Amino acid sequence: MKMKKAFIFLLPVFAAAGLILFNACKSPDNKSVSTTTKPSTAGAGLTLPSGFSAVVLAEKLKGPRHLAVTSQGDIYVKQSDGNGNGILVLHDDGDKATIKSHFGNYGGTGIAIKNGYLYVTSNSDIYRYKLDDKGQVIDPAMQETVVSGLTNKRMHNSKSIVLDNDGNIYVNLGAYSNICEEYDKDKKGCSVLNDAAGIWQFKVDKLNQKQSDGVKYATGLRNVVGLDWNPQDNQLFVMQHGRDALHDLFPSMYTTKQSADLPSECMYALKKDDNAGWPYVYYDWMQKKLMQGPEYGGDGKKEADAKYLRPAMGYPGHFAPDGLLFYTGSQFPERYKNGAFIAFHGSWNRAPEPQEGYCLVFQPFKNGKPDGQYEVFADGFAGPNKSPDGALHRPCGLAQGPDGSLYVTDDQGGSLYKISYKK
Amino acid sequence: MKRTSFLFFFATVFVAFNASAQAKRGSAAATIARGQIVYKSVCLACHMATGSGVPRLNPPLTNTTYVLGDKTALIKIVLNGFNEDVQINGQSYSNTMTPHSDLTDRQIADVLTYVRKSFGNKASSVSVAEVKKARAGNVNIGK
Repeated sequence: MKMKKAFIFLLPVFAAAGLILFNACKSPDNKSVSTTTKPSTAGAGLTLPSGFSAVVLAEKLKGPRHLAVTSQGDIYVKQSDGNGNGILVLHDDGDKATIKSHFGNYGGTGIAIKNGYLYVTSNSDIYRYKLDDKGQVIDPAMQETVVSGLTNKRMHNSKSIVLDNDGNIYVNLGAYSNICEEYDKDKKGCSVLNDAAGIWQFKVDKLNQKQSDGVKYATGLRNVVGLDWNPQDNQLFVMQHGRDALHDLFPSMYTTKQSADLPSECMYALKKDDNAGWPYVYYDWMQKKLMQGPEYGGDGKKEADAKYLRPAMGYPGHFAPDGLLFYTGSQFPERYKNGAFIAFHGSWNRAPEPQEGYCLVFQPFKNGKPDGQYEVFADGFAGPNKSPDGALHRPCGLAQGPDGSLYVTDDQGGSLYKISYKK
Repeated sequence: MKRTSFLFFFATVFVAFNASAQAKRGSAAATIARGQIVYKSVCLACHMATGSGVPRLNPPLTNTTYVLGDKTALIKIVLNGFNEDVQINGQSYSNTMTPHSDLTDRQIADVLTYVRKSFGNKASSVSVAEVKKARAGNVNIGK
């Protein structure tokens, strides 16, 4: 009886909740829009600088993450769906791409081509496949394991890879924690740094390596998804996803607005044994200062120990940089050459502030270092609702084609874009 | 006279009943209102204002037995956090949830009642007594 009464009295509450929900569905936030949109070939729904155009080469791919393009115009896309779809091979026919084949029973993110091999990662291993002189995988069954058993504790477990010109492959091992609070309760040092939160370096020509066979090349990096080798100064550049929840964990030190803007998403130029300072420090892109983290004696004002590596450039909080590419082509105007494109997947941890990112940014470079303010290069991926579940598309991986076109994957809607320039 | 007194009696009963209805309605609505305040300050940043969560990272709070099912299990997720492989409707979610055992029994009851009755969810309330009992039987506390 009491239960029933309570239920009756709750009815108006249900009604109100229902009304709120119903109204929410009428707003442009409606997720169902995503199933009915058609990509427009005139710009593919993207806004770009004048002279640039975009086409959707393929749609409905199965979680396309990073990608690599051969000089013959074949596109290898790493898909997060395993089940024979781990690697999708397409050919660029100009304004459409044809699917040639697919293989690989593992998900994951990383993919790269170097010296006649296709390198691909699952969330714990690095494999390779020999390519023929046309850049085609000779036999998908002839899969070689370069490294297996890399740290994979669910959180931040995607493995991004890049190769240098000296026979090394670099892989990101993301921290399996936001800010190490559960692994460093007495603040004596974060144990996650032992087997993750850094970039590991392995020899490419040695098969069946374990994590311990590699070198911890750089540490104190919370999670890197976008990374690339900068050919101008022959150096590894990575994009770090900064920590979350400054306000939630320290409401007296950070407002929700500050917690949305901070900390910075950082670009680092790495050398061997660099330490970027996670979880002890974070970068404030507005003050251009390295700050002591609140878990380790910071108060929102105290600067960090200068021994930690400063970022090469800082970007607003939670934008989620998932792709980094140094542009070396000649198709785009001269100012883009040797600069960096960054694919910002888009934020979630800015709530209750509006979500941001969901765009492609260009960072001008000079003499191998960032030079000047970044600019939004391509926007409009998300559609009317810039939110993690409402966005129609979210940019993730980047690659440069043989003619200098720029390829962008979208792991939300499953599209593959090509951006080109015509004078 | 007899009729008047009957009417008077009826009116009194009606007023009394209405007042008690008002009070009860007030308290249920108040629970949800308090729960929403806790939700906004503790849960919203990850699970979003609509309870949608974030694809592949933070689980949704709708259409899942984790939220709509066993209340003790749900209370323990709030108390202990969550760091397990979770599959909801074929999607997996990788972020770790931090423990929130610092919340009071009342705050946990309020916020879980709010969550179980919002975003299209229509599950029963969580009482302070249920939280107290789950906390007492929680082996992970202090871990």
